[in-house]
Amino acid sequence: MPVKEVSPVERIVVIGASAGGFSALQTIFSELGSEFNFPILVCKHLGIGDEKGLVDVLANRTGTTVMLSQDKLPMYNGCIYMAPGNYHLQVESRDMLSLSIDERVCHSRPAVDVLFESAADVFGENVTAIVLTGANSDGAAGVRAVKEAGGKVVAQSPESAEAKIMPKAAIETGCTDAILDLEGIAGYLRQP
Amino acid sequence: MTETYQDLELQLLLDAVKARYGYEFAHYARASMMRRIRKHMSAAKTDRISDLIPLFIHDEAAFAHFVKDMSVTVTEMFRDPDFFQALRKNIIPLLKTFPFIKIWHAGCATGQEAYSMAILLDEENLLDRCQIYATDFNENSLKIARSGIYPDAELPLYEDNYSKSGGYTSLENYCSRGYDSIKFNGRLSEHITFANHNLVSDGVFGEMNLVLCRNVLIYFNNELQDRVLKLLIDSLRSRGILCLGRRENIQFSESSSQLETVDRPQRIFRKKV
Repeated sequence: MPVKEVSPVERIVVIGASAGGFSALQTIFSELGSEFNFPILVCKHLGIGDEKGLVDVLANRTGTTVMLSQDKLPMYNGCIYMAPGNYHLQVESRDMLSLSIDERVCHSRPAVDVLFESAADVFGENVTAIVLTGANSDGAAGVRAVKEAGGKVVAQSPESAEAKIMPKAAIETGCTDAILDLEGIAGYLRQP
Repeated sequence: MTETYQDLELQLLLDAVKARYGYEFAHYARASMMRRIRKHMSAAKTDRISDLIPLFIHDEAAFAHFVKDMSVTVTEMFRDPDFFQALRKNIIPLLKTFPFIKIWHAGCATGQEAYSMAILLDEENLLDRCQIYATDFNENSLKIARSGIYPDAELPLYEDNYSKSGGYTSLENYCSRGYDSIKFNGRLSEHITFANHNLVSDGVFGEMNLVLCRNVLIYFNNELQDRVLKLLIDSLRSRGILCLGRRENIQFSESSSQLETVDRPQRIFRKKV
């Protein structure tokens, strides 16, 4: 497994995206480049067949290690992990991912709420949660959990989002620390 | 503040559950278990994990509800059609070389996949030579599985999966409809034995040709995963076939050296001689 450096994971970034999320993720990851020293976990609503293309395109775009998550996969800094279709992606421990096939949340599996809540549970204040474009309210409960645990919450500005409902629902929780467009989000992640 | 003691509270809760009821959840995967515990905390309107200790100790019904929630009952007919297609194409020809075939479906939940298997075997003219053992630790799920009755509303999804899996006709030919339900033909269930079996505490099933345990190991931590994987492998005859879930991972497990890969994307393995 290609690993840039094996240093303990101190903080984690979790991203939720739905409709329009594919191109939003491409923009953020292109802007961000490969120089980031934390794992990024992505829950993008998708069908079982769509996942491989998503991973390949993002990997080509960014020159970063982008992986489709498996159960009990070790998690490293500087890598991007995508939730597979039909499984929830969770943070199992400070250095491991896990999957589940629990009930759909907000009609979705994978669900953003499940990813965010598990990240908040394990990493507490060292979580940055980002809610991107999407047409349902998945992520709102997760954003609350992240905020309660002391983490940071960023929403894509609804006017810059292809589908506004998901970032709006996140903002309406009153838990967002920043509301930014995609370039702004990449810049936010580049901050030390 | 509460989060500092979360691990301690979780440990105490699991110890209490084990002492009171004998149920062992200590080696369940943490993230999924925490999700379920949170759900119970919210239902019981408690702020702390440790508040569940008196509830579970004194209220058997509340604990029974928790046990029920701890077992995943999400399943479908011909779930992951690609998997069933791979089974039909690559594994069935192998099974056909045996005079009698034993199949263990571990963690069968409400039984849809056991019926799927029976249908597939029937279409390959193998059913009469097969015995399927379908097991779960959730008695409630087994009751549904034994009845072979499912909501009518599921049929379109099931038909779609069946067709994508390479099915020969229509699922309706294998069930009767009425009262907003479908009921699978008795001819299928004649070849299925539904039984209670707990992978955490119960032992080996002997000499199986094929073992399916899809998306069950993901609910266990590495240690228990290892133990159960060994149990599954020990239940296979030499060169028997083991099928896991699409995104399951055995590469870090000690027992994985006993397996060779038949179909990596579909997680189909064969026990080495």
